[in-house]
Order: sequence, then C-alpha cells, then structure tokens
Amino acid sequence: MITPTHYMLLSSALFIIGVAGVMMRRNIIVIFMSIELILNAVNINLVAYSSQLQNAVGQVFALFVIAVAAAEAAVGLGIILAFYRNKETVNIDEMNLMKW
Amino acid sequence: MTSFYLFGAVAVGASLLVIAQRNPVYSVLLLIASFGALSGLYVLLDAPFVAVIQIIVYAGAIMVLFLFVVMLLNAPHEDTEQDLERMASRRPAAAGGVRIFGGALAAGLLVELWWALTKNGGESGVFPGGAVSSVRTIGRSLFTDYAFAFEVTSVLILVAMVGAVVLARREVVTGLGRGRPPGPRTLK
Repeated sequence: MITPTHYMLLSSALFIIGVAGVMMRRNIIVIFMSIELILNAVNINLVAYSSQLQNAVGQVFALFVIAVAAAEAAVGLGIILAFYRNKETVNIDEMNLMKW
Repeated sequence: MTSFYLFGAVAVGASLLVIAQRNPVYSVLLLIASFGALSGLYVLLDAPFVAVIQIIVYAGAIMVLFLFVVMLLNAPHEDTEQDLERMASRRPAAAGGVRIFGGALAAGLLVELWWALTKNGGESGVFPGGAVSSVRTIGRSLFTDYAFAFEVTSVLILVAMVGAVVLARREVVTGLGRGRPPGPRTLK
C-alpha cells in the first residue's frame, strides 16, 4: 500500500538531490537545473496531498509553481546569457562582481 | 504499486545522474527523463491534468529553453583541463548517444502523454476515493477562489518575459563621440 509517506520520502530525496546539486556543482546551468528539481520536489508533495485529501487546491498550487518556475527559468537563462557574454564562462566561481 | 516504485526509481536515478554528469546536454536530457517520471507519478495520483501540464510546459517548453541556452553557450564541460581533454576525444560518440537518448526520450514522453490523456480517473488512483481532480474542478477553483493569484501570475509572466528580453539582448554602447552627449551607459 502506497501512503503519502512514500511520496514525502521521494519528494525529500529529490529535494536533497537538488540542494546537493546547487551546493556541489560549479556550472551555473546545472545549478539552475537543480533548482528546477527542488521546485518539482515540492510539486510532488502538493499533488500527493491533493489526492489524499480529495481537494483540488493542491493541484492548483502545483500549476502556480510550474508557472513561477517558467518565469524563473526565462529570467535566469537571460542572466546566464548576459553573464556568459561578459565573462566567456559558466563557472560560478568567476561570478564575483558583487562580492564586496 | 509497482508503478510507483518504477517511476520513483527513474526519477531519483535520473536526478542523481543530472548532478553527476559532466556534460550539460546529458544533464538536460536526464532532467527531462526525471520530469517524465514525475508526470507518471501524477497520473498514478489521479492528477492527469497536472501530469499533462508537466510534460507540455516543463519537459516541452522550459527544458527546451535550457537546451537552447546550453547549445548556444557551447560549453559542454566544466572549465578544467581534464574535462577539455576528455571531451575532445569523446565528442563524436557523445553526439550519437545524445541523438539516440533524445529519440528514446521523445518516444517515451509521447507514450506517457497518451497514457495520461486516456487513463480514466477514479478507481485506479493510488488513494481511494472519487476523482476530484478533473479539469472542471481545477478550472473552477482556479478562476473563482484563486482568480487574483491567477491574474498576478499573468503579470509575473509578462514581467519575466520583458526581463528576459532586456537581459538577453546585446548591449549597444551609445554616446562617446557619436553625436550624442556622453551619459551613463544604458541598456538601450
């Protein structure tokens, strides 16, 4: 029997993988993909509880999360393009212009 | 029940490989595979609408945007010498692998889309109970209780669109003896 706990465990696993990707990788594109992974981990929880509580609001919020993720991806990829145009690299260690 | 473990294993495994891969093109394709598995989980959860949106918007639109940027930057490796050497020797094989993997992925997502669209909700959901998650219910909730949030989301997407255009366009340096008074450099 699959319980919501299973979905929470899967969701937290994906969340931790995403956080590990943000922490460990130096490639800014991969870091962005890890952020998408984190947002999706949240979506699993929303949809699982929507199904368990028989309430469609969770799915509505999942749709909002997807919309926000789309906006974030567009702006973020624009920033990556502008950054690459200036520095010719996607390594975030080079991204230190605003560091005191 | 088996499907849950299957999709969950694919999602977790593909996600692990996303952050373990050196080549961002493979990372993008694996992330699409992971999103496809999540979409399958949504179908199992009796949420076919979210599953279809996940495939169309996430795997279809957002990840294609990622792929565009990865291809545009043409930076298929981290900036280390070992990677430069390894990637130089491995390039042709990698390209063929990407093609095969991408084709299989597209076929899989199509099958999954069809499955999500044709599967009858209700008794086959993981948790017992009727189908609350029909498009009708979601749409009613979206356009009545959450109408304000919906409108704000549209403004957010407009702002993001304008921001992306402003950020990604090539910066034109004006002024400096071209007939215009020198002023602060602007994004023009």
